[in-house]
Amino acid sequence: MIKSNSGIRKTDVINRRMFIIGAAKVVVFVGIIARLFSLQINENKKYLTLSDKNRIREWKLPPTRGNIVDYFGNVIAGNLKVYQLHIIPEQVENFNYLLVRLKNLLNLSDKKIAKINKLKAELKPWDSIIVSENLSWSQFVKINNYLYDLVGVKPVMTISRNYPFNDVYTHVLGYVSQPNEQEILENEIIQERFVPGMKIGKLGLEKRLENHLIGTNAIQRYEVNAYGKRINQLEHQKGEQGSKIRLTVDTEIQKACGELLNQKAGSISVMDIYTGDIIAMYSSPSYNPNLFLFGISQDEWQLIRNNPLKPLINKTLSGLYSPGSTIKPIVALSALENKVIDTKFKVKCTGKMELYGQTFHCWKEKGHGWVSLKNAMKQSCDTYFYEVARLLGVDRLNITAEKFGLGKKVLGNYFDNEKKGLFPNTKWKKNNLGKGWVLGETLITGIGQGYIQSTPLQLCMMTAQIANGGFAVKPKIIVDSNPISYEDAKQSMESGLLFDTDSEQLLDKKLFKNQRNIKIVQEAMFASTNERFGTSYKSRIDDPKYQFAGKTGTAQVKRISKRERELDLELEQIPYKDRDHALYVAYGPYVNPRYALSIIVEHGGSGSKAAAPIAKKLFKLIIDRHDLRNKQSNFERITV
Amino acid sequence: MFQHDRLSYEITLFQKIKNLDYILLISVILLSVLSVFVMYSTDGGEILFHTKNHFVKLAVFFPLMIFVAFFNIKFWHNFSYIIYFIVILLLIYVSFFGIKSSGSQRWMDLYLFVLQPSELMKIAIIMCLAKYFHRIKIENVNSFTSITIVLSIIIIPIIFVISQPDLGTSILIALSGLIILWLGGMKIKYFIYSFITFLISLPFIISFLKPYQKLRILTFLDPDRDPLGAGYQIIQSKIAIGSGGLNGKGFLKGTQSYLDFLPEKHTDFIFTLFSEEFGFIGSVGLLILYSIIIFRILRIGAISRSNFARLFCFGYAFAIFIYIVVNLSMVLGLLPIVGSPLPIMSYGGSSMLATMIGFGIVLSAKINHKQMIA
Repeated sequence: MIKSNSGIRKTDVINRRMFIIGAAKVVVFVGIIARLFSLQINENKKYLTLSDKNRIREWKLPPTRGNIVDYFGNVIAGNLKVYQLHIIPEQVENFNYLLVRLKNLLNLSDKKIAKINKLKAELKPWDSIIVSENLSWSQFVKINNYLYDLVGVKPVMTISRNYPFNDVYTHVLGYVSQPNEQEILENEIIQERFVPGMKIGKLGLEKRLENHLIGTNAIQRYEVNAYGKRINQLEHQKGEQGSKIRLTVDTEIQKACGELLNQKAGSISVMDIYTGDIIAMYSSPSYNPNLFLFGISQDEWQLIRNNPLKPLINKTLSGLYSPGSTIKPIVALSALENKVIDTKFKVKCTGKMELYGQTFHCWKEKGHGWVSLKNAMKQSCDTYFYEVARLLGVDRLNITAEKFGLGKKVLGNYFDNEKKGLFPNTKWKKNNLGKGWVLGETLITGIGQGYIQSTPLQLCMMTAQIANGGFAVKPKIIVDSNPISYEDAKQSMESGLLFDTDSEQLLDKKLFKNQRNIKIVQEAMFASTNERFGTSYKSRIDDPKYQFAGKTGTAQVKRISKRERELDLELEQIPYKDRDHALYVAYGPYVNPRYALSIIVEHGGSGSKAAAPIAKKLFKLIIDRHDLRNKQSNFERITV
Repeated sequence: MFQHDRLSYEITLFQKIKNLDYILLISVILLSVLSVFVMYSTDGGEILFHTKNHFVKLAVFFPLMIFVAFFNIKFWHNFSYIIYFIVILLLIYVSFFGIKSSGSQRWMDLYLFVLQPSELMKIAIIMCLAKYFHRIKIENVNSFTSITIVLSIIIIPIIFVISQPDLGTSILIALSGLIILWLGGMKIKYFIYSFITFLISLPFIISFLKPYQKLRILTFLDPDRDPLGAGYQIIQSKIAIGSGGLNGKGFLKGTQSYLDFLPEKHTDFIFTLFSEEFGFIGSVGLLILYSIIIFRILRIGAISRSNFARLFCFGYAFAIFIYIVVNLSMVLGLLPIVGSPLPIMSYGGSSMLATMIGFGIVLSAKINHKQMIA
């Protein structure tokens, strides 16, 4: 009985204590359910995001750059299909055998093989190694023929920049190449869109318009496993090609410029005198930008770098030259405007001019005799302009010159390498050289020598503004969203106003006090080209359709000693480096002018012999293409 | 008094089958079927190694459960001590000749299958202590001798298991043992005192832990301190569960699982995969299924005439509960990561063998619930 009691008591204890535990169990289970609820219901979004972050990986593909076209829509910077060769290491059965096979098929260097092996060690086995960025078609065919034997090799077709006109536009467009670290960090858009193998603009408009041209990445989304291996392809997001950009340039004229400057160092700029459109802008010699796309070889690079004609310099914008006699129209205009001279004013040229014991020579040793403005301009009499400059003073000359664009950037921000040049005045000399201005310096400034420095494009713009009747033009190389037609531009300009597309306002663009003075200068320039004894008379065109007016210039690159002056050497007898630069500025047709140009042939000798004949050849082409150009602007408007 | 109160008590096979607890049986079958499907999902929706082996083990151990159930509960009572000693011997054998794997020595090779004796100890300790408290007089429960004996019964296997080393299993063995002490009537103050002692000596215990065990505790406290290393498992587990949401991502669609972000998805983290694919509803459903099983075991304990059966059932119900709680708390980031499988669901033969034997004994208690044991 006691035992049985004990048994019952024990059972009671067990049951009672079980009950306590049972209650505890319920509490714990409820706790676990609460935890599940908080994770799965309350924080579901957070964990779902984390789960997607785990499993989805995005691969950005290089964006496709926008095309750059000329005024007529011809692609001058486009994209080309290129054939690449990739290896996917994890699919390769025998890596060394594969490399030997590829080495034979593609003539790979030992260095390249070492690089591939290094990449293989660095990359994940499913990441592809780019063996060749640009296979020739025959190599591509060869690889495809042997593909059965090349397990793990993937021939890939992709898109790369291409410049169909090779060296014609190099200094305008620049080129693209692989960016360096700093370039990626500096530009947020590049940073965001960068993928290995992507190329960015390194120079010229390619660099300047990077953010318009770059395009957006196509994005491939893959589901990956914990080890990063791609399992499934998810939706594919297409990239957008970068904006198409239309330039004002005419490829035919640009090409002709290149041919005319063949084997010479120099520059040609052609501008529409009303719209400011740059028709051509060629710096010679040029080089082929396509060489840079896949990394230029050391030999080719040295060849370009060490060329004495300096192809790497964009002479149109960064070449600084003494304008020489091409400045004379501005000197004359300034003197007329300031009423220092009139058309009847004459100076007697004896071949030299004495000032404070210093002798200033005219290019013509015997002298020109009594010359008026027209004759002085026609024959480019230096003595006349010494005297005019002396009477005018450098400061008044400086004001006119700067009004016409000298000493200022022509294209503003579009080119990093554009130079301002210099048109001196007394204040400038005091501030920069710490010395007072000397009258002799005024004299040589009057013939475009001395401190004065200008770019070929500045001279072109200067000429354009004389040609259009003395109105400011806004030079541009990109066709903007609201292109103004040649007629509209001309009309608005002749009413003394110019429609500024940036501020959308009509601005007073008169650069003169009295338009008669412009006319006088124009007539003098006409005489210089089209009348006997004019410096560029030999390069004239009599057909009024093509007839142009211009001014030659011969810029000394070193001081001519007395002995040299007496020797009067032929061009070929002077060392190349010491030869004068030949310059020519012109506009045409003389009646109803349309275009202005500037030509510089470095160390070409005299402007009349080396530069003016180029203008003769060019003007025919430029004017023949005018109607085509006019039609074009009426039906196609492409925006940036 | 009554005929069926006799100490020796025989029933026919037909009665045995009739007396089986069908609710428990169906729940176990449901759980087993579910576990095969989940295993199929861990294999990425193919019948591969884990699915096949899990199914084979179920096919062997489920009949074994019925076989165990058909033995009279008295038989299990009689053999409790012997079984306990056999498992102790197996633990000793393993500590000398066991198979080593990833730094621990827990297994013995039985040719057909690899046995982990520490899993069997989870059941054996309940049987052994249930028998001890069944036999001892209630007055003597708190005597010095009795306390010494029961503590030895618990500590001896733990020493072997902890030296394997296997912290998770030894904690589960200790808790299974302690619950019988509690149910058997040991004074509450002893539990309170030892809990206080445990808390005080905790820093001391921690200093004895292996570096990887310390790391687990640190990781538990702050999983983000090393998200790709020690914290990786728990972070990925929480992501999987959390991303499951209310309805889950759907069967075979758990991305965390099939993309291999989940560690140990076949074994300790099987619930994570289940929860990712079946969501909050599925998870609560699984908990309800487990609750039914626990409740049925408790009920069988409650109707049992013998205190051995009662203690075993209550103890085993608690053990199942503890396995579930430890496993779920671990994958939910509520406890540090200690290796502990989820009963039936997790891949692992020994754990399933032990669990099925446990169910078998519970069913035997049900069949023979009127059986008195002297």
